[in-house]
Amino acid sequence: MGKATRAAFGETLARIGAQHPRVVVLDADLASSVQTKKFADAYPERFFQIGIAEGNMVGVAAGMALCGLTPFIASFACFVTGRFEQIRMSVGYNNANVRIVGTHSGIGIGEDGYSQMGLEDLALMRSLPNMVVLQPADAIEAEKATEFLADYNGGPAYLRLTRQNVADLNGDGYRFEFGKGVELREGNDLAIVASGACVGEAMAAAELLSKRGLSVAVVNIHTIKPIDSDLLHRLASRCRRILTVEDHGIVGGLGSAVVEALSECREVVVRVHGVRGYGESGTGVELFAKHGLDADGIARVAAEFIARDSDRHGV
Amino acid sequence: MIHAAGSGHPGGSLSAAELVACLYFRVLRYTVGRPDDPSRDRFLISKGHGVPVVYAALARAGCIPVDELKSLRRIDSRLQGHPDHVRLPYVEAATGSLGQGLSVALGMALAERLDVKHDYRTYCLLGDGELQAGQVWEAAMAAGKFKTSRLTAIVDYNKVQLDGHVRAIMDLEPLADKFAAFGWHVEQIDGHCVESVLTALEAVTAQSEKPSVIIAHTVKGKGVSFMEDTHAWHGKAPTTEELERAIAELEAD
Repeated sequence: MGKATRAAFGETLARIGAQHPRVVVLDADLASSVQTKKFADAYPERFFQIGIAEGNMVGVAAGMALCGLTPFIASFACFVTGRFEQIRMSVGYNNANVRIVGTHSGIGIGEDGYSQMGLEDLALMRSLPNMVVLQPADAIEAEKATEFLADYNGGPAYLRLTRQNVADLNGDGYRFEFGKGVELREGNDLAIVASGACVGEAMAAAELLSKRGLSVAVVNIHTIKPIDSDLLHRLASRCRRILTVEDHGIVGGLGSAVVEALSECREVVVRVHGVRGYGESGTGVELFAKHGLDADGIARVAAEFIARDSDRHGV
Repeated sequence: MIHAAGSGHPGGSLSAAELVACLYFRVLRYTVGRPDDPSRDRFLISKGHGVPVVYAALARAGCIPVDELKSLRRIDSRLQGHPDHVRLPYVEAATGSLGQGLSVALGMALAERLDVKHDYRTYCLLGDGELQAGQVWEAAMAAGKFKTSRLTAIVDYNKVQLDGHVRAIMDLEPLADKFAAFGWHVEQIDGHCVESVLTALEAVTAQSEKPSVIIAHTVKGKGVSFMEDTHAWHGKAPTTEELERAIAELEAD
């Protein structure tokens, strides 16, 4: 197993800090959890402890960005994006170069339960017109996404990270291309379009399905906004079926983004798979199984989707 | 301007007229035509609904054409109903969702400290009603902690908010004690006395350890008898006849 994307983010931020004098980091009493502690130790003059006051943290970051700095504000996904009104007004509307980092996304965090789970954050952040939304699937991608955001100057951005370790999917030479989906595995019966912690599970599910004679493509969407519409349309033409998989509520996340992108496409049937209802306590592994987000669950949902769609078409 | 627009907030603009005039014409350092000058002083109006008085000052200062004031609230205008920084960079930040401006101003003051090339001061005009928002006190606590002595908050304490008198809705008192307890230097003045306003704005520059707040006691709708001290004029435009009466009173004042 690889490592958590939050860890890769924190290490990268500390590593690139020297070359990026405009990068500052704000914290709401979670530096050791969100992994900004390393940056704080290396660059104490550019680290601002705001205390448990995320709304103020958002506003302070907006003011800094309007003066030319590139603030990273990191907290649990639910806490920081929960300050939506401040993000909408002080960050979004001002087109401020604030990097909002939400760690502890989804049910994958496990035992802490619903109050600490980011399950609506993608819906909130996607709704702002100029907000870029990134969700890396493994440690190397998190590293590249962090480097990208330190240089990006186009306005606000949201970076969604995991608490739990995730499998390594990309090699050392991996090139991160903003706005481009990555087809990790080819296939023709179905395309699984996944993001974040679910990409590794989707790869394992595709392997299970191949043993049953099903040819399943797996696509990693690290840039949820702007989404790679061209790739989605190519997948629609080729596979005719797309299953979206994410550790996020089924409203407003990756699934919604895919459906929006394909809204005028007649060639495809899309099934949105994610978390239904509120989260709960349990191990992350147990919760992924309960919600059908582990390899077995995704394979089950995929097989059932293909069978039902085949029946409908009389295939 | 508000009459031409047919809607807007005259009461909270009039109460801040002397405060904004003193800032734009005596205190703030800025260059007309260079809203992006990195060394300019920053001024934010956190009470975004009071922005017409800022537009008036920007026009008088030559930053925007006087004729443009008639476009307030009209489609495609830079003079949005509440400040829009992207359309009109002379306003330092979008505001209008009350309670957020002091946080943004604090961010600007902290950025100034990291900026080795430029020195500037940051000013934030707050409404009294918005001090009921928790975020203002989060920002006040943080400014006290960071000792941002080049940050000055100015409270337009006109005692009236949309639904009625502040003291009846959610009293702020003892306001000076609250800011002092959060680590701020506090000045209290008559916000309609130009001399007092200028004296206070000068006095805060002597602070080197604490952020400053100027609690400016003002009258909502100041200078127009039928608008004074009433929430009825928080958010409506005068008719033509009311406008003529108001201008006559203001010119006689």
